[in-house]
Amino acid sequence: MIRDITIGQYYPADSLIHKLDPRTKLLGTLMFIVSVFAFHTFWGYLVATVFLGSVILISKVPVKFIFKGLKAIFVLLLFTIVFNIILTPGEVLWRWGFIKVTKEGLVLAGRMAIRLIYLVIGSSIMTLTTTPNQLTDGLERQLRPLNKIHVPVHEIAMMMSIALRFIPILLEETDKIMKAQIARGADFENGNLIQKAKNMVPLLVPLFISAFRRANDLAMAMEARCYHGGDDRTQMKPLKYAGRDYAAYGILTGYLAIAILFRVVGI
Amino acid sequence: MGIIKAFKLGFDYFKYDEDGNVQEMQRAVDDINLDIEAGSFVAILGHNGSGKSTLAKQLNALLLPSEGTIWVDDMDTSKEQELWKIRQKAGMVFQNPDNQIIGTVVEEDVGFGPENMGVPTEDIWKRVGDSLRKTGMTAYRHHSPNKLSGGQKQRVAIAGVMAMRPQCIVLDEPTAMLDPNGRHEVLEAVSELNKKENVTVILITHYMEEVIHADKVYVMDSGKIVMQGTPREIFSQVERLKEYRLDVPQVTLLAHELHEAGVDIPEGILTTEELVSALCQ
Repeated sequence: MIRDITIGQYYPADSLIHKLDPRTKLLGTLMFIVSVFAFHTFWGYLVATVFLGSVILISKVPVKFIFKGLKAIFVLLLFTIVFNIILTPGEVLWRWGFIKVTKEGLVLAGRMAIRLIYLVIGSSIMTLTTTPNQLTDGLERQLRPLNKIHVPVHEIAMMMSIALRFIPILLEETDKIMKAQIARGADFENGNLIQKAKNMVPLLVPLFISAFRRANDLAMAMEARCYHGGDDRTQMKPLKYAGRDYAAYGILTGYLAIAILFRVVGI
Repeated sequence: MGIIKAFKLGFDYFKYDEDGNVQEMQRAVDDINLDIEAGSFVAILGHNGSGKSTLAKQLNALLLPSEGTIWVDDMDTSKEQELWKIRQKAGMVFQNPDNQIIGTVVEEDVGFGPENMGVPTEDIWKRVGDSLRKTGMTAYRHHSPNKLSGGQKQRVAIAGVMAMRPQCIVLDEPTAMLDPNGRHEVLEAVSELNKKENVTVILITHYMEEVIHADKVYVMDSGKIVMQGTPREIFSQVERLKEYRLDVPQVTLLAHELHEAGVDIPEGILTTEELVSALCQ
């Protein structure tokens, strides 16, 4: 059962958005975020909403999944709205004791809420339509210029993908060790927080030892297969832009241009 | 001239104290001479701690000899500039199937070796397709390795080595963590490669049943090669094998006991059929 867990929140589907190059999606998300901060009027947000709505439709990801991401920021959202409403000075609409609601506060709160929500939705679409591996590949390619300032981009990407591969294996192992310790009388359920943390020690020690052993084995296996870092390495599945990626870049640029135009003109 | 040759090979493990001084020294491999012919199927037998895994790691320069020399296809493993060529010539499959698979998809893992060697992209795809076919794993190429059985994982690992087009595969107890079905599956794949692709196979194991089809068997004990010969020659010396804490296959043992008890059958019987025909004569 524990084998089947998926890392990240990839939603498999056959859509145009899924097929886009991960680099396009990474840059596209960035452009969308910029646009959300550029827009500041009703008409602007309408454009953003239409854009976001159509992307969701094309991606074939059920709306339910997309809104799941919002749960995590619910508290943050609530705080932002409440503090913006009561702390912004301006034309007072309603007053109760020292709490006063201003017109400017309402407008600002609304704007902040929309920005936050769109930000989260925009980036969830990326993570929902891209496998963690593609994301790693995309990041590696996109960050390659950092190699010049001696950032080990390839090594970081390799570590990320190995971690992704070993998460299910280590989870399974945790499960096994837990059962073995429970069979010998360990108690992971009862007690207060400190006791519970203490009870985790017999779980963590064997897990760490085995993780190190695995790392050692894996390093040896990689060396045996001629792994020697990112230099002179070719790729089996190099990232290649297709026609649809250029089209997507075209649309994104147009969209961003509208956002900047709206800002300049002041709509 | 053999593909792998060793001359007076020795290797020591050191145990260091906190200041980095040598505290203890243990000889894991001692005075080993090998000459393995290209295209043959060689088995190295030994119980735990006999030095067979240490020897295996010498064969593709994961460990370098403390003494003596080892040549892989005429290249001395202690020469650093030949290192990657040697590892490409002599591929290695390890014991734990989980700890040697790097990719999150079967085909990506098989492509890992060629990627490291700098093979052009189209060529990688060809090699991956080829070696998946040779190991019978084509149907699983888009699967996640986590969902395969142990035997299938080992076959993926073998395919990964084959994609590097080695002349020689060293398998270090590849079946130790598998169930009997998986064991059979892996051995079949290996002997297929040996026969059809003419790849030299060096199988390191402590299961006697796995070596009866080998061309040559070496038996190791405390770092030394103590017996060598064809499986039949080795298995006809049941008493001596017992001294080295190795169990002979059941059929061989039965034949040996019968021989001891005075039944007129030869020593060194390897299969059930052989025993049956010997008894019926």
